[in-house]
Amino acid sequence: MNLEKVVFGFFIFLALTLNFGFFVGEIDNPDHHHLREFVILFIVNAVALIMKIGDRSQVDAMLLATGLVAMLQLVGAAIIWILAAHVWESGMTASVMASIVSLAGGAMVANIISVVLLIAETVMLRR
Amino acid sequence: MDNIYFLILRRMRKPLLALVTVYSVAVFGLVLIPGRDADGTVWYLGFFHAFYFVSYMATTIGFGELPREFSDAQRLWTVFCIYLTVTVWIYSVGSLIALLQDESLQRALAERRFAASVKRITTPFFLIVGYGQTGRDLVRALTSERRRAVVIDIDRERLNGLQLEKLREFVPSLQADAQCPDVLLSGGLRHPMCQAVLALTSSNEVNLKVALAAKLLHPEVTIIGRSDSHDISANMLSFDTDYVLNPFEIFALYLRVALTAHCHTVLNDWLGALRGAQLGEPRKPPSEGRWILCGFGRFGKAVYRELSPGGTELMVIEQSPEHTGTPSTAWIHGRGTEAETLEQAGIREAVGLIAGTDNDANNLSIIMTARVLNPELFVVVRENHMVNEDLFAAVDADIRMHPSLIVANRIRTLLRSPLLARFFDLARDQNEEWACALVSRVAAMIQEQAPEVWEFGIDGDDSPALMDAADLGLKPHLVDLLKDPRAVDASLSAIALLHQRGTRLDLLPDPHGTLIQPGDRLLFCGSASARTRMRWNQVDIDVLSTTLGRPPQVGWLWRQLRPHLPARWQT
Repeated sequence: MNLEKVVFGFFIFLALTLNFGFFVGEIDNPDHHHLREFVILFIVNAVALIMKIGDRSQVDAMLLATGLVAMLQLVGAAIIWILAAHVWESGMTASVMASIVSLAGGAMVANIISVVLLIAETVMLRR
Repeated sequence: MDNIYFLILRRMRKPLLALVTVYSVAVFGLVLIPGRDADGTVWYLGFFHAFYFVSYMATTIGFGELPREFSDAQRLWTVFCIYLTVTVWIYSVGSLIALLQDESLQRALAERRFAASVKRITTPFFLIVGYGQTGRDLVRALTSERRRAVVIDIDRERLNGLQLEKLREFVPSLQADAQCPDVLLSGGLRHPMCQAVLALTSSNEVNLKVALAAKLLHPEVTIIGRSDSHDISANMLSFDTDYVLNPFEIFALYLRVALTAHCHTVLNDWLGALRGAQLGEPRKPPSEGRWILCGFGRFGKAVYRELSPGGTELMVIEQSPEHTGTPSTAWIHGRGTEAETLEQAGIREAVGLIAGTDNDANNLSIIMTARVLNPELFVVVRENHMVNEDLFAAVDADIRMHPSLIVANRIRTLLRSPLLARFFDLARDQNEEWACALVSRVAAMIQEQAPEVWEFGIDGDDSPALMDAADLGLKPHLVDLLKDPRAVDASLSAIALLHQRGTRLDLLPDPHGTLIQPGDRLLFCGSASARTRMRWNQVDIDVLSTTLGRPPQVGWLWRQLRPHLPARWQT
């Protein structure tokens, strides 16, 4: 067993599970989607992205790509959230919440792909 | 080569993770800790404001407390965060700087730059491995002729020396161990413009490995290796290394020729001289009498092998015969620096002295002592280190022999004019009268300066006019090429030294009897003006026609049309 691999896998799975936890609920209901959960999800994704940096194989490259995609969508969601909470007069409306959650959903798809890639690589290694 | 970037990113992982962790902790702390207004109302920082505050606090700019004045609990947390974030920033930036200064990264970047600049070379170039005295001399000579070179050496000091040289061409250089094939590949071993690989390091084993790698990775390229050991030379030749040069053997051969055939030596010196070099008549060594050879190492042995079968009486002085072995003839145990040893060897009756040990101080000392005992001696000295150049110039030996320069000289000849190397090989078999006759012919053409030596092929690049002449059915002889285009009755001051057709080599071809055909190669020597005038005959079909005594040729279009025109227009 390799501790580095454990930590690596831990952050990738945690990113996906947190993402799922944030995503579930009515898409436009702000009560179903918590800010603190989002911040933690954001940080865990950032850590997962950094962990993916600096490996060389083809699978590693794909992992890095999924991490970048997830991060891009989460940054988008965070910016919209900040704008809605502090800048826009309308505040946090149902449609804004819906777009934040849908961006987080996109990030979740990227996270699912990255988990699939990780599992696929592990399975290939067994053979 | 992308590995470098991955290396950087991989090394940046920890600092980045540290930054993310510390920022998260700081932001969460600020979000969780309550603030209190003047009137006692409790308020909390949002994530956005907390992140904003941490961003400017972490970089120690310090805007004050925004958006509202903090409570003491928040201030306590801020104090903690300030030290934490400053530390982690110093760590991150420090590790980035350390990474940039990392030797392996620097080396990788240098190798990348080197490989890129080699890849950009569009003209023929030579890959020189080893930038010692031979390498430096060669690079100077090649670049002064506007030819490109690429240098690999393991010693950074030497390459620093290269960068300080004022050369006419940019010479890419890399500090690396050439025994590793990757290094040779990034030096352009497989580059289509790579003309030759020269293995000139001081280590025979390295030269062998370089030659081997070059042969395996790029079989067509010319390989020239330096080796002063018989085993290694034989090993190199066994896999078709094009030229294996042993400085001691080259010099021993030179010395034998110098002792037995004076005119040959003059010929060698003149034709092999650097372009525009001043000429001096070599001193003629005494051919009869006893010679004393000090030092029976690799150099001494090579000299002994060349000279003793020719009947030269040799007396060897060797200090440590247990290492070097002893000659079959008489020899004396000693260093040769003391008068006693030299007296024993019969210095007073001797005609010549060869100071051939591998120690410059000893060689100089031998000469000084011997000169006192016998001022008439003809002195040959071996120079080992370039730094002692001035001392050797001051001692004024009749022949000075520097192994590195000898190899450089030979390689220069091979690279500049392969036919000249063949010419020397053939000329060595000729007798002394032949050489003396040629020397007087050459001497008649030149003044103080070394004769110009040039070769060219009868092909589209070098001599289009001669190709056209062949197409037109003209049959130019060598004598026509030697005519002065400005005055057809006069001939140029040039001598055809060698004529090559296929594998046949014709030494001093007869100008009247030699037809020139496409595919031939010719070697000339003569004055610089003869070379430029001959060029007219090579490139301009009109000039060549006049030289051949024909009316000037018509233009290209007319020549294409003429076969299709009526016969009466054909004149």
